Amino acid sequence: MIQYVIKRILMIIPVVLAVSFIVFFIMDFVPNDPAVTALGDGATEEQLEHYREENGLNDPLIVRYARYMGGILRGDLGTSYANKQSVWDLFFAKFPNTLRLAIASVIVTVVLSLPLGILAAVKENTMADTICSALSFVGLAMPNFWLGLLLIMLFAVNLNWLPATGAVGLKSLILPAITCGTGNMAALTRITRSSMLDVLKQDYLRTARAKGQSERKIITYHALKNAQIPIVTQIGIQMSTLIGGAVLTERVFAWPGVGAFLVDSIQKSDFEVVTGFVIMLAIFVSIVLLIVDVLYAFLDPRIKAQYTTG
Amino acid sequence: MKFKEKNGKSGRTNVDLNSIREESEWAVDAEDLVVHYVTSAETVEAVNSIDLKLKKKRTLGLVGETGAGKTTAMLALMRMVPDPPGEIVRGRICINGLDMMQLTPAQLQSVRGSEIAMIFQDPMTSLNPVITVGDQIAESILLHRDISRAEALKEAEGILATVGIDPRRSGEYPHQFSGGMRQRVGIAIALACNPSILIADEPTSALDVTIQAQILQMMRKLKEENDTSMILITHDLGVVAEMCDDVAVMYAGRIVEYGTLKEVFNETKHPYTEGLFNSLPNIRNRVDKLKPIPGLMPDPANLPAGCAFADRCAYACDRCRKGIPEARAFSATHKVACSAYEDPDFKIGRGQ
Amino acid sequence: MKNADKNRKSSVKQNRFLEVWKQFRRNKGAMFGLIVLIFLILIALLADVIWDYETDIIAMQVGDRLAKPSLAHPFGTDNYGRDMLARIGYGTRYSMLIGFASVLMGTVIGVPLGAISGYVGGRFDTVLMRIVDTFTIIPSLLMTIILVSVLGTNLLNLMIALSISTIPVMTRITRASVMVTRNNDYIESARAIGAPTYVILIKHVLPNCFSPILVQATLRVGSSIISAAGLSYIGLGVPLPTPEWGALLSASKSFIINAQHMCLFPGLAIMITVMVINLVGDGLRGALDPKLKR
Repeated sequence: MIQYVIKRILMIIPVVLAVSFIVFFIMDFVPNDPAVTALGDGATEEQLEHYREENGLNDPLIVRYARYMGGILRGDLGTSYANKQSVWDLFFAKFPNTLRLAIASVIVTVVLSLPLGILAAVKENTMADTICSALSFVGLAMPNFWLGLLLIMLFAVNLNWLPATGAVGLKSLILPAITCGTGNMAALTRITRSSMLDVLKQDYLRTARAKGQSERKIITYHALKNAQIPIVTQIGIQMSTLIGGAVLTERVFAWPGVGAFLVDSIQKSDFEVVTGFVIMLAIFVSIVLLIVDVLYAFLDPRIKAQYTTG
Repeated sequence: MKFKEKNGKSGRTNVDLNSIREESEWAVDAEDLVVHYVTSAETVEAVNSIDLKLKKKRTLGLVGETGAGKTTAMLALMRMVPDPPGEIVRGRICINGLDMMQLTPAQLQSVRGSEIAMIFQDPMTSLNPVITVGDQIAESILLHRDISRAEALKEAEGILATVGIDPRRSGEYPHQFSGGMRQRVGIAIALACNPSILIADEPTSALDVTIQAQILQMMRKLKEENDTSMILITHDLGVVAEMCDDVAVMYAGRIVEYGTLKEVFNETKHPYTEGLFNSLPNIRNRVDKLKPIPGLMPDPANLPAGCAFADRCAYACDRCRKGIPEARAFSATHKVACSAYEDPDFKIGRGQ
Repeated sequence: MKNADKNRKSSVKQNRFLEVWKQFRRNKGAMFGLIVLIFLILIALLADVIWDYETDIIAMQVGDRLAKPSLAHPFGTDNYGRDMLARIGYGTRYSMLIGFASVLMGTVIGVPLGAISGYVGGRFDTVLMRIVDTFTIIPSLLMTIILVSVLGTNLLNLMIALSISTIPVMTRITRASVMVTRNNDYIESARAIGAPTYVILIKHVLPNCFSPILVQATLRVGSSIISAAGLSYIGLGVPLPTPEWGALLSASKSFIINAQHMCLFPGLAIMITVMVINLVGDGLRGALDPKLKR
């Protein structure tokens, strides 16, 4: 088991290399000049050229990439062109906010989706099932940022119950979390439903019924315990996209997270910030996926057996 | 002093069944049982008016080919026919003098497992893969008796030992056991609360032949030790001869012949029962060719108006295709549903 | 002889199509989706006939600023007094174009890649799948944002960026279903009689992978439309005054207090469009995959 985890952690390294190279390569095409970002529009061509030479911006791509990766090995993610701060510090200034939003959204999703999905599966082909599937169609089609705007309109502007923007206190977390959380609801409800439908057909539920177990316990204990793997996988996927991809929600609510800052930096061609952030995000996404895989072992003894032997 | 966990929710010791129980000499007494599976496309007539009586401490063999409705009939006895699409259309089911059709869900749950239990056909799929075998056995005990989890697990280990599994393996999961071992676990679950009636649904047909004999022997031993009444579903007539006191032969949702082992085996009356015997290979005389029953059982969603066996029956006449044959008693225990016996001189080949 | 064979083949194809259509028609939601979708496509195609771009869509009417919905302006007007109904209606063409074109481009590139990867396997497969995995690690919206900012913000680049993000999705699904089909007996026999790889792929393998690819592509159209609107919302998609729905929402944010209709209707338009496309996709899935039949 521990060997498996170590193997998986080592596998993050090539992923980081690949991600960093792709981003480095793509960002090289950005028409904007980082020197302009650093020195401002007022700088003369001479100053700009001096800056480029000084920071090695004129070197070939592969040289710059090697230098950059060398820096990473020393734990140096680079420095922002725009505000001269260390990328590492910038990332960890923003990341706690992103993580907070991601966790809160996942909680919202799970609390709403699991009961809905289970209900739809147990009451397959009834009114309840139809309503659940209609809800998930609406949820899947609703642009997240629009839902955010609607929530602001209703709860912040019209009712004045909650703050529209910012990240101060628990209250400001509610609307963004609901926005992200309900956005992922459709997917998790569907997965829960189909996974439960699979399990509900299984013979071992009949065995439990023959023991005299109650229907409620058969569903919440025997069935759910077996339906967990696809559900946990989906939650993991959701968590991993929220870590880097809640860009729009962060924008709508002016939530000071990684995604929104990253988009600003992309627009400013703040090269090192973009690359550094994407690398850090890739690492965290890999970690989330690893945690999901390790969780499998605790949820299903058969998978645990595979991990220990293979 | 050990602390006893009060488990009011799952331990159903509070359900009182004795006040509604009637005196009965029968362990199982079902009459006119009809079970259909109804979907929008079709109605499958799985069980069509069967009567089943099982005396206490006896073993009844329920014989018939796949799709004859054996398993559905047994699930109906426990009120476990999946609904939808299954539906008990009519009938009376008495288990140990309890009218199962009148019980509330909570009462049914306290009967299942403690008074009537079931062993399922496929041990590969009938155990929950993510729960340890010890917990799966203990679950049954916890449901019906007011004891703590630790005590229940301790008892589960004891039951594992009686079915021939090392009690130290109680913390393992089903995938760590072989097919035969898993079926032993299935038996342990069924026997956990010492039920007075045991239904075994082809308990050995998914297992190797060598394992089959072991499992059957063990079941017989446990049954005798615990005074259990048993219904054994099988299509292996050898197993029936070995294990059963009475035999019911089922075809297309009906019981076509019913009697003691001796009556059904030595004084076979129904052409279908005869066909079953003729299709058995004879090890002592290998010269004889097998005589399989021609054709297939009719689709239970589309049963003929007359005798369902008529199209495959060598003795069939016009009468057989007109109406459903009535059961006819040849002795106090021997009943046969075949219209051919309206002719008093009719005899089938095997009886000679 | 050959001709008769051809005829039989085409009638088999026709029967298959009719069978799918029969299944599809049974699904009420999918039929509803299809009808609305056709209506929306008509609006998109006829937008220039219904509205005049210069006068109806971008000309400002300062007198009617931020008017609430009324008979004259069922969806109200925006901050320049322009009729929201006309702008949203005209915007249909952008969303439809972006959604379908980007998925088409992504499919045209992704499917052959996935087919070769799944059929040939080996080194090519390993390398390609590593690249696809890498793309999956980076959240797809972020990838699109990075691509758009590299390419520059305009309609075409937005479509290109979205189609690049679509490629890994299509590659994956094609590869998976090719790997399933690859081992079928009739493929074996085609290989045995020495048919060249590309012939086997195009004539035998790909037609059998058609269903999952089509279903995935349809569903992807919906998510591309949402992504496009999102990019426009943060100013990386189609710029104003083009009445792209995401851009309309972006403009509405400043008026969220006194002109909430500006925010409500463009979002509804996106939601309904994506929903009907998904309904059609879901209906196709049910009709093409008899295993899912209830």
